[in-house]
Amino acid sequence: MENQALGQVTSERLPVHFPDPIQVANCYQCGKCTAGCPVAMHMDVAPNQVVRLAQLGEWEKALRSRAIWECVGCQTCSTRCPKEVDCAGVMDALREASLARGMAAPGRYFVVAFQKIFLENIHRNGRLNELELIGHFKVDVLLHTGRIPFLFKDAGLAPQLGKRKKLHLIPGRARDRGVVERIFERCSGERKA
Amino acid sequence: MNIGYYPGCALHGSSNDCEQSLRACLSALDVQLGEIKDWICCGATAAHSLNHKLSLALPARNLAVAERDGFKQLFAPCPLCSMQLLKAKKAVADERVRKELSEIVEADVRGESEVLNLIQLFEKIGVDRLKPAVKAPLESITAACYYGCLLTRPPDVVHFDDFEQPSSMESIVAALGAKTVEWNYKTECCGAGMTMCNEDIVLELAHKILSNAAEHGANCLVVACPMCHVNLDMKQAAVERRFGKKLGMVVYYLSDLVGLALGLSAEQLGINRHFVTQA
Repeated sequence: MENQALGQVTSERLPVHFPDPIQVANCYQCGKCTAGCPVAMHMDVAPNQVVRLAQLGEWEKALRSRAIWECVGCQTCSTRCPKEVDCAGVMDALREASLARGMAAPGRYFVVAFQKIFLENIHRNGRLNELELIGHFKVDVLLHTGRIPFLFKDAGLAPQLGKRKKLHLIPGRARDRGVVERIFERCSGERKA
Repeated sequence: MNIGYYPGCALHGSSNDCEQSLRACLSALDVQLGEIKDWICCGATAAHSLNHKLSLALPARNLAVAERDGFKQLFAPCPLCSMQLLKAKKAVADERVRKELSEIVEADVRGESEVLNLIQLFEKIGVDRLKPAVKAPLESITAACYYGCLLTRPPDVVHFDDFEQPSSMESIVAALGAKTVEWNYKTECCGAGMTMCNEDIVLELAHKILSNAAEHGANCLVVACPMCHVNLDMKQAAVERRFGKKLGMVVYYLSDLVGLALGLSAEQLGINRHFVTQA
């Protein structure tokens, strides 16, 4: 219980809100999360260090890290943690806060942009429109980076997907998009405020 | 058996070969799927990365709709969808959260329906029922069963199989007359959601998985996830180019193997629409 109290103090004092079961204060730095992480070698701050930053309230470092955007969300860290710290949940909470505060690592622009565009897509359509997602993402990256070749990257896959009847020019949308709109509205209230 | 069906965006998008395979296979087994009305996207990685509340609300809406339609079981073939549904189901065990989410999604979320992944669906049908239905035992198949990340994780949400050494897929594949191999990357992540925005990582992970399966004597990979299939099948040519080696590893959906053993053709199951085909 002491640990839990520490966790609560930490998240009250500092700007990142962790959902209840995350228990960030329980971590004793064994490093098992990092040992099992399939992408730790690409991170600037290893998963156990991300949890440590969260414990210490070093939000600036945590929210600006590339690591939170390298995470693939595979849940290995949370599954193996001997102290039941939901490390993958920490990553989620940090990503949300990082984007909301405009602190997302510029070096991970592709990942950040992709997730944002994905959400906008389902906000509009209720279901994912793949072609729109790809088009929107490519144009966004082009405008942001000026990388023209990226526009044509994997373009060769398009006819192959077409041949396999995997492209949908008229994709299904949710009929009741009003309810989708209202769900999004109700879930983004706090961030707007 | 009439089971509620939540296809999710992938199966109605570029993973429609998975849906074809499932439908062919299940109709041969006389299992009816009732697609839930006007389902919406579960929000996937984007929602749980960027908006926690939304990542519970979107699947909660689908749970509520399925329950309103009277489905006791809800089949979600994509493990990310099914994990999101299960996270929402777990969250609504708290009455306060349940009320809040019900208000947000404008429907009563009870969280009572049982969420099934692709392997669990075949378990429900039962190996006892599959075995006698096998018309063409898969003698030439030596499969590496690949579970990836979210079929077994996080265990306190999905409650399925052993999260380090799962074997449920092997039991089904063995009942079809195929052999399976022991290998190291059964539950390693393929990086699925990052295919478009972080390709380097995805190719590296896919390379490890495909190579390890081959090194342990598998002649194909079996998956129960549409995202894994995209990464390991469609991206396999890119993996081969990046790492300068030929892999040629056929990747089947679990339902493909069941269907083949039941005597369905590759065309009926949509196997001819995969990228890597049998040499």
